[in-house]
Amino acid sequence: MRHLYFPGCTLSTKAKGFAASGEASARALGIDLVELSQWNCCGATFPLAMDNLLALVAPTRILLNAQKEGDHLVALCSICYHVLKRTNRLLREEADKREKINLFIEEEYRGEVRVFHLLGLLRDEIGFETLSQRVQKRFQGLKVAPYYGCLLLRPFQEIGLDDPEEPRILDDFLASLGCEVVEFSHKTECCGSYLTMNSSEVTRELSHAILRSALASGAQAVVTSCPLCQFNLDYRQGEMAAHYPGFAQIPVLYFTQLLGIALGIESDTFGLADHHVDPRPLLREV
Amino acid sequence: MRIRLSIRETRGEFVKRVEEISGQEILACNQCGKCSAGCPAAMAMDLLPSQVIRLVQLGLEEALTSETIWLCASCLTCLSRCPKGVDLPRIMEALRQLVLRKEGDRLELSALPVDFLSEAPQLAIVAGSRKYLS
Repeated sequence: MRHLYFPGCTLSTKAKGFAASGEASARALGIDLVELSQWNCCGATFPLAMDNLLALVAPTRILLNAQKEGDHLVALCSICYHVLKRTNRLLREEADKREKINLFIEEEYRGEVRVFHLLGLLRDEIGFETLSQRVQKRFQGLKVAPYYGCLLLRPFQEIGLDDPEEPRILDDFLASLGCEVVEFSHKTECCGSYLTMNSSEVTRELSHAILRSALASGAQAVVTSCPLCQFNLDYRQGEMAAHYPGFAQIPVLYFTQLLGIALGIESDTFGLADHHVDPRPLLREV
Repeated sequence: MRIRLSIRETRGEFVKRVEEISGQEILACNQCGKCSAGCPAAMAMDLLPSQVIRLVQLGLEEALTSETIWLCASCLTCLSRCPKGVDLPRIMEALRQLVLRKEGDRLELSALPVDFLSEAPQLAIVAGSRKYLS
């Protein structure tokens, strides 16, 4: 089935492996991700100030472009998904803001497009049982920590993908690939997000708490759907090792990288060599 | 410590601005502390999130000089747990905006190490700019 697709800035540059593995896996499952012909950055934050309408213009333009080519839009990046989904709801439900934004962009958009995350499509359209049957290489015995982070789930009233405190979607997805999914306390705790730009020590501490929890649960890898989480959890492990003697490094993978490998797709374009903590020795082992 | 309170401050211009920008009613918070208990960044903050709200409730502009507002990562954990439905991340954003709009940028991109900038994903740079630049 054809699905309009918004890759976003990071998947087109620093996280090309996330995009390549996601696109190839989706294709193998009959989900044809067709990139929007025109798109811009979503802004990477949903504006929390009520009077900041200008920051809604960028995601509105993306949604408007999607409407010209179809009726729904798929994202892989948790943050893009979050921003597009919340903006779309606002345009649908808040008439006064919608009118101002439409006047500004000189077009008419009323929040008609439906916004999906690839994980949601895998669960609701393909189904994890069917997915499990399509797996060619099962990750038997690979212990993984499903790390959801924040923006894929919260606020539940607007995102509605899964329970914000006890989510299952990534757990069930990984189980369908044959992974052994570990329970750990920090699966929905914040990695530090944009604090990485001016509070590196706090970010290191927040990310370290997540990895420590995953490691204590016996995880051999952490799996995420957010390029900012991936960066904070992966890149900052050098600092963690320097700060906490004995800290054992752990690979941080995108869910699509494991999906592609499980489906038997050649992983050359999956960006596995780009990670700071190299996941390839572990993946070879299993 | 003695604090002089009056209706002039508790319903004054500062509180009005915070309520306008955040869209939240500041007195809806009953100080249960659940936000502070669950805040992952609380360990690094000078004031707990609920204490920042308390300052605003009392009309005290010290809330604007707390480091706490810059250590909130808008992770929305407090929002999902607040029994009164207060959108605390929006209040933190309002406080940041009041400072940014008056005092200007909180981040100097050119001062960041080149190694870091060459590794950081675009969305970190865009999000950081949105949150820390006026």
